[in-house]
Amino acid sequence: MTYLAKPRLHHPTLKKNAVGYTRRDYEGKVSTLCAGCGHDSISAALIEAFWQLDIQPHRVAKLSGIGCSSKTPDYFLGNSHGFNTVHGRMPSVLTGANLANRDLTYIGVSGDGDSASIGLGQFAHVMRRGVNMAYILENNGVYGLTKGQFSATADKGSKAKKGSVNSDSPVDTVSLALLMGATFVARSFSGDKQQLVPLVKAAIAHPGAAFIDVISPCVAFNNHEGSTKSYDYVRAHNEAVNRLDFWPSREAITAEYREGEVIEVAAGAEGGILKLRKLAADYDPSDKISAITHIARAAQKGEVLTGLLYAAPDAEDLHAHLNTYGAAFNTLGAKELCPGSGVLERINASLR
Amino acid sequence: MQPTETKSPGYFHKVVDCQWACPAHTPVPEYIRMISAGRYADAFMVNWKSNVFPGILGRTCDRPCEPACRRGRVEDENLGKPQPVAICRLKRVAADLKGDDIRARMPKPAAKKNGKRIACIGAGPASLTVARDLAPLGYEVTVFDQDPRAGGMIWSQIPRFRLPLEVIDEEVGLILDLGVTFKGGVRIDSMKKVLAAGWDAVFVGTGAPRGRDLDIPGRKEAAKHIHIGIDWLSSVSFGHTTKIGKRVIVLGGGNTAMDCCRTSRRLGGEEVKVIVRSGFDEMKASPWEKEDAAHEGIPILNFLVPKAFLHQEGRLTGMSFEKVKAVYDDKGRRSLVPSGEPDQSFECDNVLIAVGQENAFPWIEKDAGIRFDRWGMPAVDKVTFQSSLPNVFFGGDAAFGPKNIIWAVAHGHDAAISIDKLLQGEDIRERPAPGMSMMSQKMGIHEWSYDNEIANDRRFAVPWADIKQTLKNVKMEVELGFDAATAWKEAQRCLNCDVQTVFTTQLCIECDACVDICPMDCISFTPDGEEKEVRTRLTAPSTNLTQDLYVATGLKTGRIMVKDEDVCLHCGLCAERCPTGAWDMQKSLIEMTHAGPAARSPLHKQHQRAA
Repeated sequence: MTYLAKPRLHHPTLKKNAVGYTRRDYEGKVSTLCAGCGHDSISAALIEAFWQLDIQPHRVAKLSGIGCSSKTPDYFLGNSHGFNTVHGRMPSVLTGANLANRDLTYIGVSGDGDSASIGLGQFAHVMRRGVNMAYILENNGVYGLTKGQFSATADKGSKAKKGSVNSDSPVDTVSLALLMGATFVARSFSGDKQQLVPLVKAAIAHPGAAFIDVISPCVAFNNHEGSTKSYDYVRAHNEAVNRLDFWPSREAITAEYREGEVIEVAAGAEGGILKLRKLAADYDPSDKISAITHIARAAQKGEVLTGLLYAAPDAEDLHAHLNTYGAAFNTLGAKELCPGSGVLERINASLR
Repeated sequence: MQPTETKSPGYFHKVVDCQWACPAHTPVPEYIRMISAGRYADAFMVNWKSNVFPGILGRTCDRPCEPACRRGRVEDENLGKPQPVAICRLKRVAADLKGDDIRARMPKPAAKKNGKRIACIGAGPASLTVARDLAPLGYEVTVFDQDPRAGGMIWSQIPRFRLPLEVIDEEVGLILDLGVTFKGGVRIDSMKKVLAAGWDAVFVGTGAPRGRDLDIPGRKEAAKHIHIGIDWLSSVSFGHTTKIGKRVIVLGGGNTAMDCCRTSRRLGGEEVKVIVRSGFDEMKASPWEKEDAAHEGIPILNFLVPKAFLHQEGRLTGMSFEKVKAVYDDKGRRSLVPSGEPDQSFECDNVLIAVGQENAFPWIEKDAGIRFDRWGMPAVDKVTFQSSLPNVFFGGDAAFGPKNIIWAVAHGHDAAISIDKLLQGEDIRERPAPGMSMMSQKMGIHEWSYDNEIANDRRFAVPWADIKQTLKNVKMEVELGFDAATAWKEAQRCLNCDVQTVFTTQLCIECDACVDICPMDCISFTPDGEEKEVRTRLTAPSTNLTQDLYVATGLKTGRIMVKDEDVCLHCGLCAERCPTGAWDMQKSLIEMTHAGPAARSPLHKQHQRAA
């Protein structure tokens, strides 16, 4: 960490977005994480994504559990709503918040311990239910706060800083998310913002449970030889299946695409456009079964498969499943919330 | 791109914008930090070593450092006009608050003279700098001046309400006390005689002593009430002139005109106006001097070309002017053409002509062996300041025409190096490199030995004495200088540009921590390319081509590290967030080498020559 707040001065050409904020307005407090932590890069990617999407900071809720990763919501979007919840329980708190106020943009930040160990059950169910959120898993393969024990996502055979070898099988969070019914699944790397920022934007725009597993090296405890979550290892074994460009609307598309190398994926009701530049010729991110196979094959080869792995063309969220009321509770008055005994009578009568 | 060469002083020197812009290359951030720490005497000594006249320059310098100051490029424009650090006024603080112990820290007069005799003609800033640099080395330096006091234009042309006598006496005294002989009231009227006197070297620092006149109708008839600006100022300084008419016109748009009009206000001028040929914005006077004049109720009228002095029976009654406008040709060159409006006349009792200064060397005989060009200027080498006579040197305004004190000081240092090398039998074209030391500022994981917190204050204004008082007394100083508390706050605005961001490629793991934390978006990791194209795809657009890119190659991913120096705050957050120490904050102390052993050739060369 640093003792200084980041100076307020900024580059003279710093631009404002459509809602009148500069990128700096999306920053939070100064990070207390170790210098060089991948999580800080993910925070920077989130700041960039929210700024580019012209989302007003006060229309965002950021929720997290416990751990290094779950501290990070303090370090971005300083003017948003936040809830640092119980260890592994971010999904249930977020589900409740989302049901109460469907008008906010929800972002859940969690780590490999928070999601793959203590919170594995909650993680599975929030994906299954299709809660409209961007679930960012900051995955470094170790328990950094307790000095570097293997976490549940550490690869079998990978080495700890002091030399011990992991004998347990890893929880593969992207496969699990797919099996549980997540409608948007991606994997990325904290050291590659060009890939990460568009993925975060697409995940935020996705109208259901969107999950990104971000490999985020722990510089203090998991950036050595023998680790499979180090900067060097991930760079050497990174297999990107595609490069994503996210456009907020069809009119906004400014890049030129060559025919055949691009596929378009729907990005939800708000009309965003996902353009995928294919890197692996045979990879189709709308085919869930082939995605699962591809991920398994890559894991076998020791590759870190990154990019947009799956996006369901017809995603829906929990509100659609439950046919809930179309507005946030805080917009309802006493009359709507307590419609009186007559209405109760009618409901009771319908059940007799 | 080629990786940046940081071993030689050039690259990092340029990053310290103020020091780079200063003709004498004073290490500005170094002394500003000392002022922050209350080490005023140390700050004075840094200045004294480099620019010789801290108290004088702290009041009168043309401040080329301030327009260059990075602070003026980084402040948030939404909060008002970005302004540089008040470098010049902080220099004055060092002089004002240095205390009494300064004499003990001065070099002692040479215990043993080396037998070489040097004559300096004119006792202005250039000559005094030569004397200061050479006397402690054992040279016998004699400075001649036609005035009884040493100081030259510092004393005769700059009014006392800008520069009190005590300040001049003190700082000139520090030089004369080094064993320099001053012969005042001696008018040198023959270069041949000087040369015949057998000096080992002669330095000519006689300034640009002739004020330009204006030959228009009525000049002769009304001569009694028309004065040449610099002569008139000098006469005020001597106390010969103590009064002027109620209505005064000052012609000219330079700093001398500003001094003339403000002095007039103090000697009885009630309706004083400045009238310039060109536009207000193109005037040569420093912006702050124009502001000072405006503060004293002096209007500046522009685009008026003097046509005639109006007079009646030998008495000046006014002046008439032709109204002009500026037109620009397709090359952007300006010319002033009549606007067609009727001529304008202004009544007045006196006119002061401050339309420029010229060099004059009537005392240097044509056959003295010194070559002059067709404009009457001596042929002087721009690096060595040597004339066509090997042992005669020129410096200050006498060398290349009117400039200002800080340039005269810089010339003096360079001429002193030449004189020393010449008299030691060395090649004077072999110039010494500046000295540079790099020192890491890291004290602990998040501790630096410089104050890296960025102050958000805007520039502090220097307090002024009450205008009612100052307009009554030509000797009362107008600017009061910062007090210690304000000086500290102003010093905090300095960005410490000399504490450099130094990058070590081998240590970098490309984690992006520096890119993410940098408040000014200075740092990029990007594929290699041509500079012009690379500048277009950095984290923030890089449009200031006068500022360098710091480039490092050989990263593991094959990308290059590019840091745009333009708006770096030197806050050190890149180094604080760097997990491997690939970024370090290192202070680059760059000091010019002055005359003496350090400026001479290495010992082995001297031995070779001796053998």
